[in-house]
Amino acid sequence: MLLKGIKTKEKLIETFLLACAAVSVLTSIGILWVLFTESMIFFRHVSIVEFLTGTEWTPLFAEKKFGILPLVSGTVLTSLIAIAVALPLGLTIAIYINEYAPKSFRRIVKPVLEILAVVPTVVYGYFALMVVTPFLQKWIPGMSGFNALSPGIVMGIMIIPFISSLSEDALFAVPKSLREASYGLGATKFQTSFKVLLPAASSGIIMSVILAISRAVGETMIVAIAAGQQPRLTANPLVPIETITTFIVQVSLGDVVQGSLEYQTIFAAGIALFVLTFALNNLSFWMKKRLQEKYE
Amino acid sequence: MSKLSKSNSSTSMMMDKMFRYFGLACTFFALMILAFFLIKLLSEGASRIDWTFLSSFPSRSPEKAGIIVPLVGSFYILALTLVIAIPLGVFSGVYLEEYGRKSKLNALIEINIANLAGVPSIIYGLLALEIFVRWLGLGKSLLAGALTLSLLILPVIIVATREALKAVPKTIREASYALGGTKWQTILHQVLPAASGGILTGVILAMSRAIGESAPLIVIGAMLYISSLPSTPLDDFSVLPIQIFNWLSRPQPGFIINASAAIIILLVIILILNGLAIYLRNRWQKKVNW
Amino acid sequence: MTKLTAENIDVYYGSKRVIHDASLSIESNTVTAFIGPSGCGKSTFLRCINRMNDYIEDFRKTGVIRIDGKNIYDKDVIVEDLRKRVGMVFQKPNPFPKSIYENVVYGLKIQGVRQKSQLDEIAEKSLIQAALWNEVKDELSKSALSLSGGQQQRLCIARALAVDPTILLMDEPASALDPISTAKIEELIYQLKENLTIIIVTHNMQQAARVSDKTAFFYLGDLIEFDQTKKIFTNPNKELTQNYITGRFG
Repeated sequence: MLLKGIKTKEKLIETFLLACAAVSVLTSIGILWVLFTESMIFFRHVSIVEFLTGTEWTPLFAEKKFGILPLVSGTVLTSLIAIAVALPLGLTIAIYINEYAPKSFRRIVKPVLEILAVVPTVVYGYFALMVVTPFLQKWIPGMSGFNALSPGIVMGIMIIPFISSLSEDALFAVPKSLREASYGLGATKFQTSFKVLLPAASSGIIMSVILAISRAVGETMIVAIAAGQQPRLTANPLVPIETITTFIVQVSLGDVVQGSLEYQTIFAAGIALFVLTFALNNLSFWMKKRLQEKYE
Repeated sequence: MSKLSKSNSSTSMMMDKMFRYFGLACTFFALMILAFFLIKLLSEGASRIDWTFLSSFPSRSPEKAGIIVPLVGSFYILALTLVIAIPLGVFSGVYLEEYGRKSKLNALIEINIANLAGVPSIIYGLLALEIFVRWLGLGKSLLAGALTLSLLILPVIIVATREALKAVPKTIREASYALGGTKWQTILHQVLPAASGGILTGVILAMSRAIGESAPLIVIGAMLYISSLPSTPLDDFSVLPIQIFNWLSRPQPGFIINASAAIIILLVIILILNGLAIYLRNRWQKKVNW
Repeated sequence: MTKLTAENIDVYYGSKRVIHDASLSIESNTVTAFIGPSGCGKSTFLRCINRMNDYIEDFRKTGVIRIDGKNIYDKDVIVEDLRKRVGMVFQKPNPFPKSIYENVVYGLKIQGVRQKSQLDEIAEKSLIQAALWNEVKDELSKSALSLSGGQQQRLCIARALAVDPTILLMDEPASALDPISTAKIEELIYQLKENLTIIIVTHNMQQAARVSDKTAFFYLGDLIEFDQTKKIFTNPNKELTQNYITGRFG
């Protein structure tokens, strides 16, 4: 084999493989570029101040208003409800699996809970609309068919594994010595879990919560099916609302002319969504790094 | 600590016991809710499923409507996505795991992939709308949809590939080098085959994720109502989750039943895929016993 | 005839020097043993000879190693070619998770040898040389991982022999094996030296005394003494060697 032959061939292969890996970088650049350029066009017509502080969102009506706060409030409302469901449940499950349950339980239950995360979101949307909403309507007067509570609860169920799995990992990583110190002093599992383990694993738990929130914020189909399409700046979970993601879907389903202002609004909404989830994700990465440094 | 040194009162013991039951209840609650949902689903839709339903075209009347078009669309888009995403993802994983030194470029790519994994799927739809549909002029075609889904599941495949490659012992590579194998020969003939089980498992999981996606495809314009089967990658298309979404937005109860039936089909497909992944992973782990 | 020479070899990992000014010369068709306590550098030195250390990030070497008169670290040396002439057997048997047959012919296939008759012939020859043929000849398609530890190691030897090297490096080849397998491997070494030059790293002094013609004693990175095996083990020149041989330390 010629010297040049092997070395060139190997180098070519390496370059090709690098190009493949670079596609992921291109994807990020692409996302940023697309969101940015279309939003720039949008912000030439709409002031950024109105966008960020306006309380009415009616871009598809004759009288156009471009305040994104109603969409943000819809997103925040549904996500908060989701976390209100997922956090207590997920954390309790994590503590139970970690401290109380036998090892075999952990091995079986953890992957089974992951099933919750694998169900397609349209299916969850169906459940929210057809099962949860009618059920809630029986008990809560004045609850409309489209609302924030129902999809919020279902999203909460969907993100339970995010919190339970990652928090359980964080609890698992707490050094045995801390546990032994607590039990050695006669503490119960309950006391040890809440007074010693939770504080020690707090970075990991917070990280899991942030990731779960990020997932809820970015969720589209559950809210698109069950929350309605009425942008509304409200904290009332019983009325129809619209989230950032639902708005993008709504426009995509309609007959919107490409290049029009209506078209650009979905990118403005997109960039708002991206900023939110990007901030949340990197906050959680930062927490993960802190956690790793703590146990080095 | 002084609180703990008091001898444990019966309240603390009771709290402990109560929490034990509460914890168990919560764990099962989550799963019970899902089971409850599924039972409801089956009662609504199971009876609707028959060959006619599977092979009928869309229709304004719920009794006549069937899922052949989105079902075929789902399979086509899945196949196209695999053709694009598997080589791209595996080769990226190979580069990052086998060739990447602790270079800055590598660290950049890694952070990048971690971020991409957390980007909401609908944003991929926006990206695809500009780049694939408009810029590259692919329109709202199967190909555009496949490219979108490929980008979406790429991080999953890359991570699965890396984990599988990591599990291959160094000694196998050493043996190959010691026989005069080049780096690429070692990877191609020894490392990749040994890692193939883990990679395959990751690919199947990515597939089951892709088949359930609807948001990004809606954004690029996948049709809610399409009446013919796609025949080339540049044709319009629809997929099963989108058809479900469509039917759920209609008022007639007949369509809700259709939606239930379609969901059951979708879940069965995903169940089969995940089961396949678990089966393959077990078989692979038995075969390659380091 | 001189097969391999090493002249003033220094090896560094980063700023840490692990081998200091080692020189030796090895004749063809001999067995040379490298002995010494753990961490003395004998394995590192061995791995310089087939340039396996190239993969370690902060590895640095000064001095020259020549095989058949040619400096193996020369810029125009293709390391893959070098490794076809200098084979290696590792401490823990590392067969590929493939069939016995596939393991043996892998080295040939990557060189481009495709003809089945050729592959079959060389496979049989190598397995005979490695004293494994009779045990596996009817089960060549079985997984290599189904063999016992001793058989796996002989398979690895057959695999190394298949590419027809002139030097065989063995890094503690029997340390993970039971006494019977060890004995088989030692007998193998004795037969192989007819056609090969063998260098074996071992922490087992009796083994070194049994199989080798010459022995090199390493200690803390220095090559303390290199001489006829008989001399090293009965009447060494250096006191340090004497102390190691008699078990005063190590």
